[in-house]
Amino acid sequence: MAVGTWILGTGGGGSPYLNLLNIRELYATGRRVTLKDPMTLPDDALVAVLSSQGAPLIGQERLADSAMALKPLRIMEEYLGRKFDALMPVEIGGGNGLHAIMVAAATGLPAIDADAMGRAYPEAQMTSFAVANLQCYPLAISDIRDNEVVIPKAHSWKWMERVSRKVCTEFGSQASTCKAPRSGKEVRDHGILYTCNKAISLGKAVLKARQKHTNPVDAILDECQGSRIFTGKVTDVERRTTGGFLRGRTVLEGLGKNTKEKFNLDFQNEFSVGSLNGEAIVMTPDLICVVDSISGEGIGTESIRYGQRVDVLVLPAPEIFLSPRGLELVGPRAFGFDFDYRSYFKD
Amino acid sequence: MNQRIGIDVGGTNTDAVLVDANGVVGAIKSPTTADVISGVRQALTELINSVGPSARQVDSAMIGTTHFVNAVVQRKGLNKIAALRVTLPGSASLPPLVDWPKDLAKVVNGGSYYISGGNEFDGQPVVPLDEDAVVKAAQSIRNSGITSVGITASFSPLSSACEDRVAEIIANECPGIRITCSHALGRIGLLERENATLLNAALLDLAANTTDAFRKALDDVGITAPLYITLNDGTVTSAELARKFPVYCFASGPTNSMRGAAFLSGLDDAIVCDVGGTTADIGCLVNGFPREANNVVEVGGVRTLFRMPDLISIGIGGGTIVRESPLSVGPESVGFRLLKEARVFGGSQLTLTDVAVASGLMDVGDKTLVSDIPETLIADALAMAHQKISVTVDQIKTDSQDVPMIAVGGGAPLIPEKIPGISVVHRVPFHGVANAVGAAIAQISGEADQVFQDFTRDDALAAALEIAVENAVKSGADRQSIKTIEMEDLPIAYLPGHAIRARVRVVGDIATSTEDS
Repeated sequence: MAVGTWILGTGGGGSPYLNLLNIRELYATGRRVTLKDPMTLPDDALVAVLSSQGAPLIGQERLADSAMALKPLRIMEEYLGRKFDALMPVEIGGGNGLHAIMVAAATGLPAIDADAMGRAYPEAQMTSFAVANLQCYPLAISDIRDNEVVIPKAHSWKWMERVSRKVCTEFGSQASTCKAPRSGKEVRDHGILYTCNKAISLGKAVLKARQKHTNPVDAILDECQGSRIFTGKVTDVERRTTGGFLRGRTVLEGLGKNTKEKFNLDFQNEFSVGSLNGEAIVMTPDLICVVDSISGEGIGTESIRYGQRVDVLVLPAPEIFLSPRGLELVGPRAFGFDFDYRSYFKD
Repeated sequence: MNQRIGIDVGGTNTDAVLVDANGVVGAIKSPTTADVISGVRQALTELINSVGPSARQVDSAMIGTTHFVNAVVQRKGLNKIAALRVTLPGSASLPPLVDWPKDLAKVVNGGSYYISGGNEFDGQPVVPLDEDAVVKAAQSIRNSGITSVGITASFSPLSSACEDRVAEIIANECPGIRITCSHALGRIGLLERENATLLNAALLDLAANTTDAFRKALDDVGITAPLYITLNDGTVTSAELARKFPVYCFASGPTNSMRGAAFLSGLDDAIVCDVGGTTADIGCLVNGFPREANNVVEVGGVRTLFRMPDLISIGIGGGTIVRESPLSVGPESVGFRLLKEARVFGGSQLTLTDVAVASGLMDVGDKTLVSDIPETLIADALAMAHQKISVTVDQIKTDSQDVPMIAVGGGAPLIPEKIPGISVVHRVPFHGVANAVGAAIAQISGEADQVFQDFTRDDALAAALEIAVENAVKSGADRQSIKTIEMEDLPIAYLPGHAIRARVRVVGDIATSTEDS
């Protein structure tokens, strides 16, 4: 699953390695995770939506910790006066996909096989729940000390993002959150379903290909009905911090059948737009995944480096983001681009 | 350049060379011995015999060794350690040694202690350091009889004060104890930095014994020059520093051979193919130094952030086994038994050395013993070896233009003349002792890796450069000769203000006398 979530992270979400170690430690003490089909959820079941918010750099020094990750879930239960029946990740991509699984192992609560992004996105309003205009509050956020904050109400999803990001920054740019709780019915109707299993099968396919010495990148494409759009070497990476995000651009020079071609990748934490010889040909909400050409391992926007040989893949976007409201929240314009979404797959 | 001796203590051979401004003066290959010291003494004696007693007057002696990495791989000669982690209330669910191979962890584990304290990304304390807890841990360590401690606090590369204070308390409570602080081993990434710290702490007994043995071998043959040990990145450190930081000496073998290849060929940018007895290691020289691996590097199964050359190793070497019908070349090898088992040496196993001798590429052993090998088999086996090398060269290359290649190692004749993407294959004299040559010409490095807040990008890089230069001078580099070989910056997402992580690495020649400051 860790291999799969790192690919589905489309460059963001942080490496899942430390979450994976935590889960192994919990399994060694006899804890187990039950993955639950969202269709079996009762309408009125109470589901926690979990994430770790912050800079991946901080996560490298403040190791993922299952005891800290479950704190906001307990704070939220106290605030609501009701126990959760299950939990789910807000995003399947990167470390956050495994963050929820780690809390499931620590608490014994079942993990729902769903998320709200089908990938990773940088901002809290970029979820299927926001697309569906569900309620954005309350939210619980805590740090490794005894600092705890509940945001009982926010004007909108965007305001919730702004306020919670300020809190996270004060906490040392890393915090655990429990987002607005969802009912079983809301998860079924507006969640992106079966993404945990998608990550697991994707990871299995990659590992199997590596073992059999077949091409792991082809395995990803087969598994996710995606396309390879470019093969090349990283020749430049430009990064800048604006508005609390890692923004920038990567330039690739073509190899193989892309020889003499150039590919640009723009990112805001995650890869958002890819341009071939200057023309934008692939864009959010389609998933732009950059993977190591040989191992099929995902590559993050913080770790992509000069000289790496990579394949750029595109995987189809979750259906819910293709609606007008979806594209308003996660289409290219939401990332500051002056053009409308064009699907790579419907050309 | 003044006169230097370079020694490479490998698994099979100990090579020694004498190098001066004009190039290689003399070279010797001698078998490695189990006690290391007698093999080094033997190699030095032969070198002195070959070039004359003036070899005793060298300015410095540099030794590269795989001894430390072999100790970790074989779990031999390691001492027990105590781990102090200063990160509470955070990072508690993943204990020190968490992702180590179980058998290795068992050999070194002498107890873990968690202390409240550590830093935020801006150097501020997470919570105040719990000094009482440090004193209690120190007492427990003293009672347990452990003599080596590794201390790791969060974000210590940005502010060492917390680790320094913990070290001070431990030193007071446990007189004579050896302490490794993680900030001295650089780089952000708590778990990987802690791994390096603990590996280092576990190697201190061996490091002391080995450097003493090297020094004694030099003294025994009458060489009084200062002793340097080569590091993973193609630079050296004094024997005193290597005693404290043996982890830095881990992967010096491949690095030395690539640096040696650069020196012997006069090229700074090229692909290097080093064909040994068991494997061919193919890497990329950039500005005279090996290109480093992008990802986390595992040593003996432990994840670290060491600077390691980006190499691909394939099973093509002098001892590689060749089989007929169906034809196969490697990856199995007769290894160090080559001198007994290969056909040209009277054995019965067909190896690539036999193929090379039969085809006239090499001249070792008895050529008549391989005269019966069919010509088609020779041609097919060589073609298969050439094909494997070509495929790997294409994987390691990051330049779409044709680039030159330097062929080194005892098995260099196995490298074909024509490889797709390679403009020319350079054959160099002394190719068989390239790693000892690499040791002899090593320089001194300095690094800075820090987060700067509210600096412009240029100011942050300039500040990092200044720190890196000072670190290099402190390690013994000549200030005038210092060159920058790496500079990168990474703006940090989510942090307020303009936060930039800047990393700079510089190298310089060894200073002939200590700098006045």
